[in-house]
Amino acid sequence: MAIFLNSDSKIIVQGMTGSEGRKHTQRMLDSGSQVVGGVTPGKGGQSVEFGGTTLPVFNSVGEAVEETGANVTVIFVPAKFTRGAVVEAIEAEIPLCVVITEGVPVKDSAEFFTLAQGSKTRLIGPNCPGLISPGQANAGIIPADITQPGRIGLVSKSGTLTYQMMYELRDIGFSSCVGIGGDPVIGTTHIDALQAFQDDPDTDAIVMIGEIGGDAEERAAEFIKANVTKPVVGYVAGFTAPEGKTMGHAGAIVSGSSGTAAAKKEALEAAGVKVGKTPSETAELMRQIMKG
Amino acid sequence: MDLYEYQARDVFEAHGVPVLRGITATTPEEASAAAAELGTPVVVVKAQVKTGGRGKAGGVKIARSPEEAAARAEEILGLDIKGHVVQKLMIAEGANIAEEYYFSVLLDRANRTYLAMCSKEGGMEIEQLAVERPEALARVPVDPTVGIDQAKADEIVAAAGFDEADRAEIARVIQKLYEVYVAEDATLVEVNPLVKTGEGRIVALDGKVTLDENASFRHPDHEALVDNAAADPLENKAKEKGLNYVKLDGSVGIIGNGAGLVMSTLDVVAYAGDQFAGKPKPANFLDIGGGASAEVMANGLEIILGDPQVKSVFVNVFGGITACDAVANGIVQAFQLLEGRGEAVTRPLVVRLDGNNAEQGRRILNEARLPGLEQVDTMDGAARRAAELAAAN
Repeated sequence: MAIFLNSDSKIIVQGMTGSEGRKHTQRMLDSGSQVVGGVTPGKGGQSVEFGGTTLPVFNSVGEAVEETGANVTVIFVPAKFTRGAVVEAIEAEIPLCVVITEGVPVKDSAEFFTLAQGSKTRLIGPNCPGLISPGQANAGIIPADITQPGRIGLVSKSGTLTYQMMYELRDIGFSSCVGIGGDPVIGTTHIDALQAFQDDPDTDAIVMIGEIGGDAEERAAEFIKANVTKPVVGYVAGFTAPEGKTMGHAGAIVSGSSGTAAAKKEALEAAGVKVGKTPSETAELMRQIMKG
Repeated sequence: MDLYEYQARDVFEAHGVPVLRGITATTPEEASAAAAELGTPVVVVKAQVKTGGRGKAGGVKIARSPEEAAARAEEILGLDIKGHVVQKLMIAEGANIAEEYYFSVLLDRANRTYLAMCSKEGGMEIEQLAVERPEALARVPVDPTVGIDQAKADEIVAAAGFDEADRAEIARVIQKLYEVYVAEDATLVEVNPLVKTGEGRIVALDGKVTLDENASFRHPDHEALVDNAAADPLENKAKEKGLNYVKLDGSVGIIGNGAGLVMSTLDVVAYAGDQFAGKPKPANFLDIGGGASAEVMANGLEIILGDPQVKSVFVNVFGGITACDAVANGIVQAFQLLEGRGEAVTRPLVVRLDGNNAEQGRRILNEARLPGLEQVDTMDGAARRAAELAAAN
């Protein structure tokens, strides 16, 4: 089954004719995903060759959905056009919209997140690597060849830590890995993914990776305590981050005494989550759970 | 990016928020001239630092003549306020304050919306008010797609419990402050205190504004607000080269790909450092991104080796889209590039390559026999070795 994305997912790529869009469309196809077309306003009617596969380009998301039956869109357009691209996807009522673009102004994110609320669209990102259900489909930029299908669910704010964890536990494998992104405002949260993994019969245990900034991990801890019966292992990055400095991700900042890694770890542990000191130790904690 | 008070004042004025006149000064002489130019019976000499609690720290003083302004400036310049040394002052008109209020609008991360906060009891630190008398601080969510329109502004002033007679004018100023928030792509606009003067005017007497750097493509004018003099010189140099670098105060230089992995690397190095003499700590945060090309690697190494505190360097790369063999070739070429720039790598380098084509990558580095470079296959082991080398050098 997996969460949010499976072998029935039909993916379109907004910004497919750009260099990043083209490169990652090829990679998604190579990993066996059903990519069915692209959207670039003004280039409708053209097509793009991907080593044996020819994909049509549409002028709008609405048109692409109508013609291809797509139910997932992955957005690679530059930051200044992202708001427009997301709004278009929401208006086309596409069920899943994955925003890879980094550097989106938070005002734009706050606006399109508000529009997505109560719409038919689940938003993932922005500033995220996307998600993968190994062996089924890959929507975004996560390398497909570093792990295999299995029964661990993974949700993470960080791209490379997602990859690291997928790779360390490649012998056990994953149902789905969701990179939710490191921006201050994101669509799908840790809690949304935890709920979905809890409800997914193909997931046995969950790894949750967080980092400094905001209080998403603390709220996820409360949620786990009340709602998650499957074992959860956690990791939090940024114990050594100084106060008031943005650490790469726009949302990764300790403000005063709030948003610290120590507070997040403490909250998770209080909810019964085992928290690893390093990514490898975290992987080892999960290995022990899966090996019983 | 946080603005100084005088910058916030200028931005407020440009958007029609009522403010008092203010002139910046960096010497007592300039302070005296500014006071003379303002010509009011009372002026306020205010330290320009990006931190709160200036008043308590002696960074805000009243002067009744240009001579007094110079004397107060002399006292305040060079003052250390919570680690911020005062280098600039704003000389502002004195105000006849009848009442002090509080207003802010900010990004509410938890609820992924905007939040307006308003109180009749301004002046004190708002965190303190929020804890001691939460009922005195109105918190009103603001829909980002609607904003603070007349109806929302009316709701806010009513929630804060202002007198009927004052509500219309305060609501008008609040709408202007919201205009600053959206028009400038701010994530925080805070006024503490927002005052009512003896003449009944509503004026923003102080201002704290945080701008969203992701929105800088919409605001070419924001570039002028950046205070390069206050930033670390290595951070400035890294910024010029488009690198995501934060200077810390340890001795193990760090390069990695991906913000989360680099943050994690800092932590793992700090833990490992605890076992060694002098407890070496990470010297910096540096994320070279997914690509890890030779040029970016060379630029990153150059910045890190430019930090005299650095005793060893830890290159921590997970090969995903860019596989480890490409990263290894990048490192080899980076050494050549640096040699060409006359910046040979003089400190020991520990490299950990993991992920796609890790074996090939490690072989490339082994065969290149780069001076001072050693490889450790795990992140935890490599962190330990880098800390050990920093402790020994």
